[in-house]
Amino acid sequence: MKHPIYMDYQGTTPMDPRVLEEMLPWFVEKFGNPASRSHAYGWEAEQAVEKAREQVARLLGADSREIVFTSGATESDNLAIQGVARFYQDKGRHLITAVTEHKAVLDTCRHLEADGFTVTYLPVQKDGLVAMDALEAAMTDQTILVSIMAGNNEIGVIQPLAEIGQLCRQKKVLFHCDAAQGVGKMALDVEAMQIDLLSISGHKMYGPKGVGALYVRRRPRVRLKPLFHGGGHERGMRSGTLPTPLLVGLGKACELAMQEMAEENKRVLVLREQLLQGILSQLTHVEVNGSVEQRLPGNLNLSFGYVEGESLMMAIKEVAVSSGSACTSASLEPSYVLRALGVSEAQAHTSIRFGLGRFTTAEEVNFVVQTVVQAVNRLREMSPLWEMAQSGIDINSIQWDAH
Amino acid sequence: MVYLDHNATSVVRPQVLEGMLPFFSERFGNPASVHGAGRAARQGMDVARRRLAALLEVHESQIIFTSGGTEANVMAVFGCAARHHFSGHLITSAVEHASVLQVCAGMERRGMELTVVGVDADGRVRPEDVCSALRESTRLVSIMHANNETGVMQPVAEIAELCRARVPGIVVHTDAVQSVGKIPLCFEALSVHMLSLSAHKLGGPKGVGALVVDSALLLEPLLVGGGQERGRRSGTENVPAIVGLGLAAELAQHTMAEEQKRLRRLQQQLESQIQNERPDALVMGQSAEQRLPNTTALLVPGIHGETVVMNLDLEGIAISSGSACASGRGQPSHVPLAMGVTAELAASMVRVSMGWNTTSLDVERFVRSFVTVIKRLQP
Repeated sequence: MKHPIYMDYQGTTPMDPRVLEEMLPWFVEKFGNPASRSHAYGWEAEQAVEKAREQVARLLGADSREIVFTSGATESDNLAIQGVARFYQDKGRHLITAVTEHKAVLDTCRHLEADGFTVTYLPVQKDGLVAMDALEAAMTDQTILVSIMAGNNEIGVIQPLAEIGQLCRQKKVLFHCDAAQGVGKMALDVEAMQIDLLSISGHKMYGPKGVGALYVRRRPRVRLKPLFHGGGHERGMRSGTLPTPLLVGLGKACELAMQEMAEENKRVLVLREQLLQGILSQLTHVEVNGSVEQRLPGNLNLSFGYVEGESLMMAIKEVAVSSGSACTSASLEPSYVLRALGVSEAQAHTSIRFGLGRFTTAEEVNFVVQTVVQAVNRLREMSPLWEMAQSGIDINSIQWDAH
Repeated sequence: MVYLDHNATSVVRPQVLEGMLPFFSERFGNPASVHGAGRAARQGMDVARRRLAALLEVHESQIIFTSGGTEANVMAVFGCAARHHFSGHLITSAVEHASVLQVCAGMERRGMELTVVGVDADGRVRPEDVCSALRESTRLVSIMHANNETGVMQPVAEIAELCRARVPGIVVHTDAVQSVGKIPLCFEALSVHMLSLSAHKLGGPKGVGALVVDSALLLEPLLVGGGQERGRRSGTENVPAIVGLGLAAELAQHTMAEEQKRLRRLQQQLESQIQNERPDALVMGQSAEQRLPNTTALLVPGIHGETVVMNLDLEGIAISSGSACASGRGQPSHVPLAMGVTAELAASMVRVSMGWNTTSLDVERFVRSFVTVIKRLQP
């Protein structure tokens, strides 16, 4: 067993060695610029890019002409939301998203608000799911876009995409889905789910960092204002030299996901159950944040009462986990996602995100269970609050003195 | 195969790839994560930032990593324009890369005023032309450092100083994608506020570049959400590629003096041999004061550049008829046209660009085949 044990698959996934192998020839031997139309180096690179586009499209049930390559899901989210807003602003200037979205979606929406757009940030229910009636009620004749994620990066909760897609189509509103955490982890079909735009990240699905894609529907056609002007690559929607090795890697990652996802999900789900039951059977005052049923198999987000999340992370140094989304984990603000579920600030501080995936083993899970149980027990033994709770005092009823 | 299209993309140096590899496997963490895996990735990125900073003689905090040269250019122009709520005036030149020309045109559509200054017959922007285009409301001047098609270098420092002296608060940007790593470049000495670069033009990987900024400069970000790069460019950092950029920068710094001399010799060899064989062949910007040592753009009256390129490809020689981004469009490039070359002559242009693995033998093979091909093509 390799230490430390990596359980932060929502932060980034290790690259699959088969992906790296596929990428390697495209750095040194086959280094051409896919935009070079005048020689064989360029042509072979272009062919590789088109093959990758096919591989990505196939995983989503899309046409390869609907795939725009980007530098990652953050760019895809920015491009989808800004691009749609700027193109359709004469039709309406209202967008709808949810409070638990990734920062790439939320911050883009905030920027649009500063430019005079209106944004509704839907609350979520206790299980982290968006309520369909709330979504429908938020729609107006000014609404041009709904942006709701597939799987949440912190709590793994999967939103009812097909229902959202159906409602959006019926109301003639475009539907963007940030599927950075969904692609390769759950079945996604842009036709069945009636998704108009979908963001993909390479490094969340065993592919390389620095690459992603945006699915943009052709029928009925979705139009965008580009963010990156320039050489007119990617049918004018995104300029810049295409990084062949990264695209080859993303394509391969999609192909592997297509072949192995069903089996992998079963295996990962068993491991997650093992992790959850192992912990629950040995510790009390542990809660699962977010729906257990509507959830990515590789995610478990737990709150440990009477323990501070950061201390717990330090105490389980042998396990690489996150106490919030990696993007904000350097700050000590309680997670906005957990707060949106109605989790108290104190409880949000005690939460840990366990991310499991392709290379997680049962042996590792066992080790993590033991490590976490020991650490929580030790931290609780040192905690006066835990002692009070054990002797029957309700912590919430205590009147604290100011110092 | 002889590859002489390094301005389109260069071959990744094997040492660069080797240095990147651990960051695809053992050191795969997300640099924003606080655990060991994250710190191992972040550390690699910090070293890369130091290496690149050393090459350009800037502080590490002045470097914003991007997905490439295009993003850096767009970010520079957009970031400055958005800061001024898309009001005011912009100046750029007629020979810029498509990414600069198009983002400037985009800013014009959003309500800014745009002046595109021309170039002289050598492809050089005259500082006095920029000067007379300046207005009190000029927010940004974007002039490239060296042209991707002709290699002609612009008097960027002189232009920047004039702009700074005339218009308080003005921002000067230079697209140095083709210069960084090929010729010595000191950010301070250029007097600019922003400089764009791309890794894959200097032996690094595709998919990464940087915008180098003056430490006092405020820009609106192009990509938001996540707050990476001090809030200036969001999105999980492309760690292996950034590591590769750092290594390519370090290698460039160590080998530059030698390489520059070596390439200059090859360039002289190439140009004099061709002009001996074909006295009618013109080298674009040949009398310009400064030209990149690796780039030669040739015009031969009566031939068609794209046809020459295709014929050379059949002989195993890769060159181009202009910028890769515009290749295959069948229209003469905007660069020779801006230099006053007729459309007919401009259509004959071919670009030869050398790199770290180009040898004297490659140049010989090119010259021989080029001369044969144009002889065959001419009626």
